[in-house]
Amino acid sequence: MAATIDARGLSCPQPVIMTLDEIKQGKEKEMIVLVDTDTSKENVMRAAESQGCQITDVTPEGEGYRIALTKG
Amino acid sequence: MVFPTDGNVLVGLDRADDAGVYKVSDELALIQTVDFFTPIVDDPYWFGQIAAANALSDVYAMGGIPKTAMNLVAFPVKDMDLSVLRAVIQGGIDKLAEAETVLIGGHSIEDKELKYGLSVTGFVHPARVLTKQNLQPGDGLVLTKPLGTGIVNTAIKAGMASADLTESVTRLMAALNRIAAETMARFDVHACTDVTGFGLLGHLAEMVSGSGRSVRVFAERIPVIEDALTFAAMGLIPAGAYKNREFRAGMIEVGDGMARERQDMLFDPQTSGGLLICMPGAQAEDLVAALKDAGLGDAAKVGEIVDGPAEKIRVA
Repeated sequence: MAATIDARGLSCPQPVIMTLDEIKQGKEKEMIVLVDTDTSKENVMRAAESQGCQITDVTPEGEGYRIALTKG
Repeated sequence: MVFPTDGNVLVGLDRADDAGVYKVSDELALIQTVDFFTPIVDDPYWFGQIAAANALSDVYAMGGIPKTAMNLVAFPVKDMDLSVLRAVIQGGIDKLAEAETVLIGGHSIEDKELKYGLSVTGFVHPARVLTKQNLQPGDGLVLTKPLGTGIVNTAIKAGMASADLTESVTRLMAALNRIAAETMARFDVHACTDVTGFGLLGHLAEMVSGSGRSVRVFAERIPVIEDALTFAAMGLIPAGAYKNREFRAGMIEVGDGMARERQDMLFDPQTSGGLLICMPGAQAEDLVAALKDAGLGDAAKVGEIVDGPAEKIRVA
């Protein structure tokens, strides 16, 4: 099971804070982050990369994006 | 839209600049500017100082001396204690005092959200008005404050900035551009602006547009707040930085291999940023030395004006 973070409707830096919290404290190795702006997509991907995570997939979904990542 | 004008308007709405300038006599022109915003720091006293420093900066960027100011206040009087408003205004007054500028009036309204700023009027000799135009080949570009306040403010919102960093960035935003302006007045300056919401390259793009010149920017020499590089790598980048980059993408070429975080600094929206001064290249290092002597240790020569390809900014 992948942990899902729904950061849609939230503005910067909230999606990044939620992503970092889950990377640091969550138990699941796989994560899905849902965002609805290009800024949040870029920032969440950077946050994940800065923690050594692999971005495995980014797909447009609804009005935003679904970012799949694996913890390093 | 047609704007009313007359022969004494030296800088008006026909071309975006930092302030309007109106000639009163052959010896005197008025500089007029207005700016206000919602709080960018939690402490109301510091917010007042930063808002005032930001409003005063436009007068300095035009080569002028600020003289008088009026407060603009929007305040949620039913939801917020009046002591907050008092602190904001005290911050503004103290900053005006530092700038030897007098507060002679103002206006306040009730609003859902606190907003504060000032309208500032300054004096300048009509022949010494500095605008964003008049870039000459061989000119050097000098920046007087480090970049990265937008990114650090985002990190502060995220609770990731230390108390020391928060304080130093707050002081940086509240610092007047007065010393920078007084120092540059001793040199033969061609053009000037201040770096605010569009970021360094956004404001540089305004100078380059219509100039027929191009600019080479030395990314490695640009002063930045070191911690901002770390925060940028973590994705603590304000939406405005992405918008600034997209808006000017057609004018800007970035050299291969430049770290992404360093590029982010160039587009980061600044609050009450430094002056960006364009002057003969041979004098630019002397100005940097003079600014450092005057206490502006971050000042640096960050680029140069070159001939063609027209109106491009090359960052290397």
